Amino acid sequence: MYPASFEYHPAASVQDALALLAKYGDEPKLLAGGHSLIPVMKLRFASPAHLIDIGRIPALSAITDGGSAVHIGATARHASVVSSPVVRQKVPLLAEVASHIGDPLIRNMGTIGGSLAHADPAADLPAAMLALGATLVATGPAGTRTIAADDFFTDVFTTALHPGEMLTEIRVPARGAGSGGAYEKNPDPASGYAIVGIAAQVQVSGGTITAARVGMTGLGPKAMRLAAVEGALTGKPATAATVAAAAAHAADGLVFVDDARGSAAYKGNLARVHTRRALARALAAATA
Amino acid sequence: MATTAQPGASLMGASVRRKEDPRFITGTGRYTDDLKLAGQTYAAFVRSPHANATINAIDASAALAIPGVHAVLTGEDMKKAGVNPIPPGWLHPGIKIAEYRALAVGRVAHVGNAVAVVIADSPTIARDAADAVVVDYTDHPAVADAVSALKPGAPLVHADAPGNVVFTWQLGDAAATDAAIAGAKTVVKQHLVNQRLIANAMEPRASLASYDPAADELTLYVTSQNPHVHRLIMGAFVLGIPEHKFRVIAPDVGGGFGSKIFIYPEECVVAWASKVVGRPVKWTATRSEAYLTDAHGRDHDTDVEMAFDANGKIVALRVKTVANLGAYLTLFAPAVPTYLYGTLLSGQYNIPAIHVDVTAAYTHTTPVDAYRGAGRPEATYVLERTLDVAARQLGIDPAELRRRNLIAPDAFPFQTAVALQYDSGNYEPALDKALAMVDYKGFRAQQAAARAKGKLLGIGLSSYIEACGLAPSHIVGSLGAQAGLYESGVVRIHPTGKVTVLTGSHSHGQGHETTFAQIVASELGCTIDDVEIVHGDTGRVPFGMGTYGSRSGAVGGAAIFNSLQKVKEKGRKIAAHLLEAAPEDVDFAGGNYFVKGSPSRAKGFGEVALAAYLAHNIPADMEPGLEATTFFNPGNFVFPFGTHIAAVEVDSETGQVTVQRYVAVDDFGNVINPMIVDGQLHGGIAQGTAQALWEGAQYDSNGQLLTGSLMNYAIPKAEFLPNFETDRTVTPSPVNPLGVKGAGEAGTIASTAAVANAVIDALSPFGITHLDMPLTPAKIWSAIQGAKGGN
Repeated sequence: MYPASFEYHPAASVQDALALLAKYGDEPKLLAGGHSLIPVMKLRFASPAHLIDIGRIPALSAITDGGSAVHIGATARHASVVSSPVVRQKVPLLAEVASHIGDPLIRNMGTIGGSLAHADPAADLPAAMLALGATLVATGPAGTRTIAADDFFTDVFTTALHPGEMLTEIRVPARGAGSGGAYEKNPDPASGYAIVGIAAQVQVSGGTITAARVGMTGLGPKAMRLAAVEGALTGKPATAATVAAAAAHAADGLVFVDDARGSAAYKGNLARVHTRRALARALAAATA
Repeated sequence: MATTAQPGASLMGASVRRKEDPRFITGTGRYTDDLKLAGQTYAAFVRSPHANATINAIDASAALAIPGVHAVLTGEDMKKAGVNPIPPGWLHPGIKIAEYRALAVGRVAHVGNAVAVVIADSPTIARDAADAVVVDYTDHPAVADAVSALKPGAPLVHADAPGNVVFTWQLGDAAATDAAIAGAKTVVKQHLVNQRLIANAMEPRASLASYDPAADELTLYVTSQNPHVHRLIMGAFVLGIPEHKFRVIAPDVGGGFGSKIFIYPEECVVAWASKVVGRPVKWTATRSEAYLTDAHGRDHDTDVEMAFDANGKIVALRVKTVANLGAYLTLFAPAVPTYLYGTLLSGQYNIPAIHVDVTAAYTHTTPVDAYRGAGRPEATYVLERTLDVAARQLGIDPAELRRRNLIAPDAFPFQTAVALQYDSGNYEPALDKALAMVDYKGFRAQQAAARAKGKLLGIGLSSYIEACGLAPSHIVGSLGAQAGLYESGVVRIHPTGKVTVLTGSHSHGQGHETTFAQIVASELGCTIDDVEIVHGDTGRVPFGMGTYGSRSGAVGGAAIFNSLQKVKEKGRKIAAHLLEAAPEDVDFAGGNYFVKGSPSRAKGFGEVALAAYLAHNIPADMEPGLEATTFFNPGNFVFPFGTHIAAVEVDSETGQVTVQRYVAVDDFGNVINPMIVDGQLHGGIAQGTAQALWEGAQYDSNGQLLTGSLMNYAIPKAEFLPNFETDRTVTPSPVNPLGVKGAGEAGTIASTAAVANAVIDALSPFGITHLDMPLTPAKIWSAIQGAKGGN
């Protein structure tokens, strides 16, 4: 399929990209890896008149050790995140989640910022951002601001980014001692997207779970934290019984519909089963 | 292990590396879309978004106003120009043939039905202009599934096919079957849905036509499995172009699985339009168009009754099938749910009475035709799934139940109750070998231990037979085929001894350039690099029926083999003349003719070839040159068979299925290239497994295809599959001189039932006896919950 015609603007810098965004008003789209945007353009579901390519901006793809957090440039490729020593050491959950995205070709082109800004409700990375308590850095005409991952995903394909703003960096808190994470994904056999994906990061101290963050993707209009699960973990002993009891709350408050991927009951079951499995592995990693 | 060619050594049975692969893996293959002719234009189609609608008006004015647009053509334009509808190639008595126009006239019958075409200077302009064509439709209710289509009051697909019935067809002795079922100890009944599949060849369909007014000749490059059939049907029946003015070339073609056999609307339009606009016209399908317009496969709804005596011997089989043929009849469609299905319902088994009753229905969906296996996977699924249901009901192990019913090795030739005569076979050794490879007894013990711990393991058998090597021309002619199914093979020896082979078979993944060269090299004692295989061009190959029905080796290869014998025989006479010996005293081996008993009195094949072309010193009554043509018409089908076994684990919490092991023991007769045969088998097993577990085309009640992309139609990925363990038995086919049988479809034919049986076996602790495919995790989990609730 051939997309409708558009004008292509390579941006030399973030400032350049912001200027182009301002110049073309509502018409432009930012192009990073292109692996979400180009397919919908080819299908003519989207026909932006202007594409601003931020994939060539130097340094926007850097991954650096910021001490208490890992700083990942918005255009870092998924493959770079997966293989980054600093990511693997300080936020192994993120490397694990990114390794589940698509296939090697997609991971070689797709970018972390592109995926997060696209906010596909079945994408893997949003669950990781929620579980890891990441901070997203947005840059706009008024300067730079930070958005907590909890506040970033607002609806289907919708984020807290303002028009004229772009995502420039992701800051992920480094894992401390006694912290462990895991991602359990049930992929759709056709698309590879998550029917459900559960990312869990737990903190264990002296045999007690002192903190837990659980991010869920796939089963809702947006990635979300499973508050009831987290509440049933915090302050409890780090045992399989705690995990089982907490995972039983994975579908609390969620409304599912019957569709081609399965019945509502099946989806609720998947949420609980994969939450239990993710938590069990996360606990094992935390106490290893 | 792949080997490289050794001159003089027999290459039959050698895993020679594929000659064609270097160009494919380095991107130098030449596919239709790679071609660019001077002045080329591009076609884009306007397609119906409705499944059933009346076309009130087509307004092309906005499209025509776009710079770069040459023409917007409609069905009315084509009809006025005298272009005829596309005919089916196989007829049954009473068949209702709906008018299948390349561009719809007056009404559309499925989503994606082409309504108009835009010809423009670039693909983008063509697409923009196609989007600018305004079609005024009146939308009507549609019917997508065949069972609903046959019910009274269902929306009518074609006014001249009352009740949406395309035809009804029966085979076998109804009275004998009824009587045997009435008197049987046990009758096992099962309803089976064999869901609709979409082929998904890697290369989408494409066509490029160019008309030369000086010679009044049309050349069409097209993604075809059978370019001569395209020339014949498009030329003689649709476009009215005589064969000598119409050249069809199928260059490199990236997969077909049956879907590139048929004569499609788009290539007819492109061929006609190139003459109308006076410029070459190219069209390449998008993947979305492929989903909507490539012929789909399968789509049967079947009721089975299998009757047994007290010893677990099958006494009768009654099968009633409703086949969904979609909105129009494509080339092979009428043959697939009949002669390629009903005739296979005896399988490997001695079943004294069989009756099959098929009703084919029109629906408001994409046409359904041959897809890898074409009828035979459906037949195998009916038999093998029902046998497993029966095994459970009778309390007999599934392997034992099959064994009890096998046709005995001394019973061949075996006349089945459904018309076919099996020429050869020996089924038990393949069954035994497969059971031994998978360690069937050990698995059953492991399964019992796992069940005690709540783990769900399952094992499934599929003992299949298939009839391929299509086909004896007089037989298919008597059954309604509008063509013979022989094959041509020309062997042209050049003066230096190098060889060009012209074959009517067409390779679109099968590796003919290698396997056919192996036949030549083995017969002539040359290397495969001395041999060029030419296929896919009606301008070079005299005639051909193409590649489908696993026929290339058994029919196309046999034609080449026989031409090689003719060439060798002429060479012997020339050699004898040069050696001053009697021809009967001259032998040929290792590329040399020599006098029996005195191998030093010899002439190399190249020397003889040169002598044939110099003609200075050849027998007086002999024509110069060294070339032979054979049209090989097989005396019967070939009958590959085997047993496949799948072992699976089902995650009871999620319904997820993991295929742990897959064992295949097949009998393909003599094997030319084991590596290529294994490759064919692997791909087929992947596709058949995918039908069992993942694939399925779904329409909503309005006839909208819900699974129209790779994002929601799950083709198999390598990571879903285990390593396949293959072995073979060898029972050479007596119907062709190579002793080969077809191997292209067996994997697909066998594997679906094996995997489905394994999953249901895993679920048997819950009392689950059957689920319809695809066996998705959601379906499995719901069945388990239902069973638990029932307890």
